[in-house]
Amino acid sequence: MAIPTTLRLEFVTPERAIVHDEVDELQLPGEEGFLGVLPGHTPMLVSLKVGEMWYRKGTQKFHGFVGFGFAEILPDRVTILARIAEKADDIDLERAQSAKRRAEERLAEVVKGGASEMDYERARIALLRAITRLQVSQHSRTRS
Amino acid sequence: MPSLIDMRRRIRAVKNTQQITKAMKMVAASKLRRAQERVMGTRPFAKQAKHVLASIAARVDQSHHPLLAQRAGVKTGKTLLIVMSSDKGLCGSFNTNIVKTVGSYLREHKGREIALGLVGKKGREALGRRGFPIRFEYTAMPKVIGFAEAEAVAQPAMEDFIAGKVDSVHLVYNEFKSVMQQNLIVEQLLPMEPIEVGKGEAGTVDYLYEPSPQRIFDELLPRLVEAQVLRALLESSAAEHAARMTAMDAATRNSADMIEGLTLTMNKVRQAAITREIIEVVSGSQAQG
Repeated sequence: MAIPTTLRLEFVTPERAIVHDEVDELQLPGEEGFLGVLPGHTPMLVSLKVGEMWYRKGTQKFHGFVGFGFAEILPDRVTILARIAEKADDIDLERAQSAKRRAEERLAEVVKGGASEMDYERARIALLRAITRLQVSQHSRTRS
Repeated sequence: MPSLIDMRRRIRAVKNTQQITKAMKMVAASKLRRAQERVMGTRPFAKQAKHVLASIAARVDQSHHPLLAQRAGVKTGKTLLIVMSSDKGLCGSFNTNIVKTVGSYLREHKGREIALGLVGKKGREALGRRGFPIRFEYTAMPKVIGFAEAEAVAQPAMEDFIAGKVDSVHLVYNEFKSVMQQNLIVEQLLPMEPIEVGKGEAGTVDYLYEPSPQRIFDELLPRLVEAQVLRALLESSAAEHAARMTAMDAATRNSADMIEGLTLTMNKVRQAAITREIIEVVSGSQAQG
């Protein structure tokens, strides 16, 4: 079988389809590390963590935010099933910033001993999400 | 006989009502369009998730997963009924139908222990005090229903099911069929239908897994349950807007009929008054002449 030259990217969340496009290359935040995918990749199922993803179409690079989910990689097709996801342009910077502040305050509270372990975990993930969102949006603006 | 001023006042009041129902109809129509788009938006995820599950199904042991457990009490044991109604009224028989469906479900399953999970204010008003244990209540849903809301509804249901507190979970909601028609749906949420092993291409691809296939399978199943709840919530909200639009359209037409009738009576009353006056004048002048 000839190696395919492009990847068909289906990027969906339970709420809506985010991207539906032919792309040349993409990178995903896998649970066990980032992974780059080119056409002809070996079939693979990966669990995703909170992180930044991007895909390249010709010379244009697009950034996005992924928060947990899965990706099914086939030689000519990639399907991303994300729990939460946004394109860089759709990220609400103000909301991310205030979420970051809130999460930091809550973490400070945990350090002082006012909250339980579960609160800590929740705040940690919230902080991670906020920081990643800010990063994604920043990268998308500086590079493109 | 009502006086002319009374009639005019009455007509003005009906006209005001008509304006309100007309506006509500327009608002419902535009909300409906957006709600429909959101229902459509949930389809790709469910389709892709099922596809992925089918391709893993062959490589994992399905029997052990708690969300798939077909316990002996599935048909007869304790069940959780998640009822989706609206927060607001003025939407025709939308909520009445839901309550009726729940009522007939309760009659049909008389011997069963049934707990209720209520979504929407109207459902709570109608079903909250019937003596069934209430597992959870969600009212005042945000205007835009998202994944977070679906998680909030699906979480307690999955917890109860896994803990063995209930043997099955059902959803009761209005499905948006068309603007004129909403279908009442009672569907089983848990236990999930067993995932069929993919045939053809999907079943034979030899994947690399990161982490293990079992873990991916176990994590993807609850997401599918949440996606199903989300779809039901969105269907229900689309159906609500459709019901409201139809109801308000009917109300607008009824008030138009009413205005017509009132105007006719008013003109009759006016004419009668004029005729009487003329007769009085004429007979008066005759008596003098």
